Amino acid sequence: MRATPSLLPLALDRVGFRVGGDWLVRDMSFSVAGTGRTLLLGPNGAGKSVTLRLCHGLLSPTEGTVRWAAGQPCPPGPGRHAMVFQKPVLLRRSARENLLHALSLAGLHAQAAGERADMALERFQLAPLAHRPARVLSGGEQQRLAIARAWAVQPQLLFLDEPTSHLDPASTRAIELALDLFRAEGTAVLMTTHDLAQARRLADRVLFLHRGRLLEDRPAAAFFTDPHTREAAAYLRGELLD
Amino acid sequence: MEALGAAVGLILAGDGELLSIVGLSLRVTLMALALACAVGLPLGALLGISRFPGRGAVIVLVNALMGLPPVVAGLLVYLLLSRSGPLGDLGLLFTPTAMVVAQTVLVLPIVTAVTRQVVEDLWAEYGEQLRSLGSGRVRAVPTLLWDARYSLATGVLAGFGRASAEVGAVLIVGGNIAGHTRTMTTSIALETAKGNLALALGLGIILLGLALAINGAAFALSAAARRAAAA
Repeated sequence: MRATPSLLPLALDRVGFRVGGDWLVRDMSFSVAGTGRTLLLGPNGAGKSVTLRLCHGLLSPTEGTVRWAAGQPCPPGPGRHAMVFQKPVLLRRSARENLLHALSLAGLHAQAAGERADMALERFQLAPLAHRPARVLSGGEQQRLAIARAWAVQPQLLFLDEPTSHLDPASTRAIELALDLFRAEGTAVLMTTHDLAQARRLADRVLFLHRGRLLEDRPAAAFFTDPHTREAAAYLRGELLD
Repeated sequence: MEALGAAVGLILAGDGELLSIVGLSLRVTLMALALACAVGLPLGALLGISRFPGRGAVIVLVNALMGLPPVVAGLLVYLLLSRSGPLGDLGLLFTPTAMVVAQTVLVLPIVTAVTRQVVEDLWAEYGEQLRSLGSGRVRAVPTLLWDARYSLATGVLAGFGRASAEVGAVLIVGGNIAGHTRTMTTSIALETAKGNLALALGLGIILLGLALAINGAAFALSAAARRAAAA
């Protein structure tokens, strides 16, 4: 799957998304290349999750374009881009079978899928839970399994939608460590979070959204020390934005 | 009371005529159920996850067909298979095959409607994740059917109940010919009319017992498996 040519950069050009009469995202332009971590920040309703779904292809833009390197729209899928959701959706099967299902969708034959699944279980410290029903795992273990599933199909870009918002600090720490595996393998990450401390720990770059618009697109260090917009400054101070 | 005693006697003696009637009933019903599942499970799943103009009307139609009176189903299959009907040349009327066809027509809407509802609910939960994994809707069908297996078992059992309990359809297309197309329900009707209450009652007891045994086994199996899978 690695043999596929690079999909990046992903480029959004003046993307808008409307539901009914409301624009949830408007005039959004940015691109993602390289292997770093880009964090989407902003208050509730800023359009972070919608933006991820537009990038991932789960939503289609009302206006503007989402393009990958080839200049084509590119559906989600193995070897391309993967997503980890806020609340992991796991099949009613064992942890290992969840991985095998994803790998079979990726087109791997049984033996290769089995080896890859075992490797993923090993990498994410899930081997002892391999044959447990995925639904009885703890919240942290479930999210780790969802990340292992995303890792197993070797995406070039990984989307994460508030992956730790339901988790305790220990589980959050485990997820953040798991993300290092993606960095080590050169997978770019685009993720949302409400946890500013987490954003400071993880971000290489920050996209700050407010009311569906992109207000700042900056290197993380610069954004956190010197936000350019009034809204971002207020957000970083923990003030309520209207 | 006398009839009840005689009924138990017939069952315990393993009466040959009784056994052949029970055997035919089970064969016809299970065959119809298998056919209805082979068509109804994927069809219901596709209906549950697809969106097309007129989908609502199709769902209403399928749901309404769950209440199709067995005699009407029997009549339709009769018209289809009778000598002058479009499939008359096959010579299937008054054979067990005709009974299987009629019962399949009865069971198919139940299996399809239950599957549609169950899979639609599961798709609401799984849809985004499955699409994210690169699964198209058609590819999602086996995944959804397997993950909904415990809920679907109820629909399949309802289908079994409908097929094993009905008398109108098999009577019309089978003709209740002794030793050939006589089932438990048709002979209960016949023996009752003839005043042979012992045989009728014996068959009734077996029919009830079978329904209880099958549902009990399905319940126990599904409860155990469900616990194991925490589904």
